[in-house]
Amino acid sequence: MNSLLFFLMVVTLFPLGLGPDPVVLGELAPGILWVVALLSALTVSGRLFSADFEDGSLEQLAVSGHPLGLCAMAEVLAHWCLSGLTLVLVSPVFALMLNMPTSAIPALMLSLAIGTLCLSLFGGIGAALTVGVRRGALLLSLLLIPLTVPVLIFGTSAVSEAALGYDSTRWLALMAALAIMGLILAPLAMAAGLRISLEN
Amino acid sequence: MWTLIHKFGSPPWFYRFATTAIRWLLPIVLVALVVGCVWGLLYAPPDFRQGNSYRIIYIHVPAAVVALAGYYVMAFAGLVSLVWKIKMADTAMRAVAPVGAALTFIALVTGSIWGKPTWGAWWVWDARITSMLILLFLYLGVVALFEAYENQEVAAKACAVLSLVGTVNIPIIYKSVDWWYSLHQPASIKFTGESAIDASMLYPLLLNIGVFYALFALVVMMNMRAALLERHGKAAWLREVLG
Repeated sequence: MNSLLFFLMVVTLFPLGLGPDPVVLGELAPGILWVVALLSALTVSGRLFSADFEDGSLEQLAVSGHPLGLCAMAEVLAHWCLSGLTLVLVSPVFALMLNMPTSAIPALMLSLAIGTLCLSLFGGIGAALTVGVRRGALLLSLLLIPLTVPVLIFGTSAVSEAALGYDSTRWLALMAALAIMGLILAPLAMAAGLRISLEN
Repeated sequence: MWTLIHKFGSPPWFYRFATTAIRWLLPIVLVALVVGCVWGLLYAPPDFRQGNSYRIIYIHVPAAVVALAGYYVMAFAGLVSLVWKIKMADTAMRAVAPVGAALTFIALVTGSIWGKPTWGAWWVWDARITSMLILLFLYLGVVALFEAYENQEVAAKACAVLSLVGTVNIPIIYKSVDWWYSLHQPASIKFTGESAIDASMLYPLLLNIGVFYALFALVVMMNMRAALLERHGKAAWLREVLG
């Protein structure tokens, strides 16, 4: 419920800042929705492993003999369901609020689905590397934003081109490639990062 | 050959190697830099469309090329450090990060200076320019992560993981000019077939690119020597070398 309210409030902030002109908002809508997705991924990633790190259960997971990468993936996917997937389901409403052409809504939902998965995976890697560090949230943002820029570019291109009437399959395919790569490599990177953080 | 590679992993050997290399190569490279810059700035012919303002290419392109390559050097050092656990690779990675960041910054600033007379704007959100800005963030992220950990060895491991994860961005930067319509000139130097740039402008550019690579290597070696001095300050071999 909190994440829904967060999305709604951030989407409301943009017209307040940019002016209520529907034509302008319609052009900017893909970018606005993608920035909302990125911000939510950043805030969620900051909290991914910190609770488990604080109370010692992360250390128990690491020595328990279960593959640490899969445990981390379970955590990341659970958080994705609550943040990214929720955004996907609610995005048509926001698209209507921001006057985006309705023909682009399927592309929007598909790109957000694949893209938020990528964002959650990269967020998990960043969180694994910064979980024990002081002021880790700021460092996490610094580390995460460069990694997520390709996803952002592909996602907004997909939706903008769909809004103009073109076929956006190539952008979705590129994002799907990133997602597949992330699904395979993120467990490795997260396990390595968590073990490094636990060593600190 | 493997013996040679393992020799690089030894601090005393590397320190002596770096000192000799810097003593002999730095003067040559600095002279070559002066030659390249003078050739490019004074003797290369003016461009028929851009006139003389294109000459900043002789700083801009070498800086950008070495900045991109430098990230791979850093990522490779990270890989060596993680897989073979060679401490010298940690030192190398830590040495490359600020140098790469500085080169990226130089590329962005010279590009901006070039852009003002040719495109009319100091900054445009073009694909390649934005990707170079992201590369700067990646470098600065590695520097920040090194500073965040107190334990040096753990810091190096974390940065190795980060550099390896960041390498996905480099091919995207490289291909970005081909994938998106942009203001940036598409690649003129080709390894096969005719280059789109004239020979009289190409040679000083290639010279400067080579010089920047050599300077990068020398500056990284200087940084590594400083790091070795800091870490092994009281070691017997170091006191012997310093006299």
